[in-house]
Amino acid sequence: MGLFFHIGRYASFIRSVMRRPEKGSVFRRLLLEEMNAIGLQSLGIVALLSVFMGAVICIQTAHQIGGWIPVYTIGFTVRQTMILEFSPTLIPVILAGKVGSNIASQLGTMRVTEQIDALEIMGVNSAGYLVLPKMIAALTTIPFLVILSMVLGIGAGMWVGVSTGVSSAADFEYGMQIDFNAFDVTYAILKTCVFALIISSVSAYHGYFTSGGALEVGRSSTKAVVYAVVIVMVANLLLTQMLLG
Amino acid sequence: MIEIHNISKSFGDQTVLREVSAKFLPGKVNFIIGRSGSGKSVLTKCTVGLLEPDQGHVSYDGRNFTELDRRGRKAVRQEIGMLFQGSALFDSMTVAENVMFPLRMFSESSDAEMRDRVTFCLERVELGHAADKFPSELSGGMQKRVGIARAIAMNPKYLFCDEPNSGLDPQTAIVIDNLIGDLTREFNMTTVVVSHDMNSVMEASDFIHFVHQGQIAWNGPTSELLAADNEALNGFIFASKIMRELRNSLS
Repeated sequence: MGLFFHIGRYASFIRSVMRRPEKGSVFRRLLLEEMNAIGLQSLGIVALLSVFMGAVICIQTAHQIGGWIPVYTIGFTVRQTMILEFSPTLIPVILAGKVGSNIASQLGTMRVTEQIDALEIMGVNSAGYLVLPKMIAALTTIPFLVILSMVLGIGAGMWVGVSTGVSSAADFEYGMQIDFNAFDVTYAILKTCVFALIISSVSAYHGYFTSGGALEVGRSSTKAVVYAVVIVMVANLLLTQMLLG
Repeated sequence: MIEIHNISKSFGDQTVLREVSAKFLPGKVNFIIGRSGSGKSVLTKCTVGLLEPDQGHVSYDGRNFTELDRRGRKAVRQEIGMLFQGSALFDSMTVAENVMFPLRMFSESSDAEMRDRVTFCLERVELGHAADKFPSELSGGMQKRVGIARAIAMNPKYLFCDEPNSGLDPQTAIVIDNLIGDLTREFNMTTVVVSHDMNSVMEASDFIHFVHQGQIAWNGPTSELLAADNEALNGFIFASKIMRELRNSLS
């Protein structure tokens, strides 16, 4: 019963969010602010994690392969891991923690301090005003973060491979290019877009419907992250089966 | 005039309002008083549409607010100003931006006209000097005054104040009470104040609705309050020693 209640309320919430903004100029300003908060301010953590993950995947692959497996496999494995799973899935999961908890706690605080009621009383569609810029900002910036993550991860893998001597630059480059299927990138971007919408909307949903006080804001923030991550994982499985299966 | 017709509201098994009817008079400060948990905040939220009543309806100058569609409600809400218990100022905005917010969203005025209106509203609540401060830099009383400035920015016909004096010292509370009364008369608004503070009631009210156990147990002008023949109301009014002494001195 609770599940159906939440599905119904989420659908109704998203319908409110998708209504036309009251004022275009205000919406554009909010969108830029959110793109900065969600995208630009996540650059550092995304870059850092991608560089280290690319480097680690390279070393682990080199450790696994024996004498009869060609060295170019290292470049191939780094590329495939970064493009197919690490960048499009784990980066959004990390962003669910960073961005999702931020969205939920911001909206939760606004709810318990009656700021959302104040918007409603003024005649503002509070869900649309607060959440639509976040969803569009997530949809437009997270895919760029994921592309950046792919580039940095593969680059870091190559740098570590060459500098530690486990692979030559030529072998790594050959591995990176072998059996390359451009649809893998399309698949990665597609699922990133879906994950971006899930992270922003599920977090916003939990924050928006917070009731009580500071304790509940913390609970909403935790629930937002947990639910967003679980739904991202389920969507990952479904999308992978649909697009690659 | 705001009219409430037979409103009932329950949460699960608990009935909070039972067929409440009331009229809030234009140009007057109408108080809703009652003990904590009596239903006065729920009544106010039903009146402004933050809660949907289970039955009954609210009308604003003859417009059935409860039955209106989203656009109709939006139009009515732009005629409503509300001061919240915790002020509900947007903490990411300065005082001036808070007051300008409803103008930015709904007014077609130029930037210069909006700035003039913000200056007027802030000076009206004697906070012209605090325009560039953030809410967190203000005292509770100042935040309430900014809340009032924001509430009157769109020149509303109806002003709602939820516990405007909670958390304020007696002197600041009187400043807020007087401000609400003055603004009501100045702009001829229909003002509804929710309070359980008897000092505030005696200071600022013109007309009173006493809510007891989810119903309006008494209503009338403030001048008739102390002589009211209602056991629950008398228990509420004369709960404090000062009010009992006032009653004794009057009798």
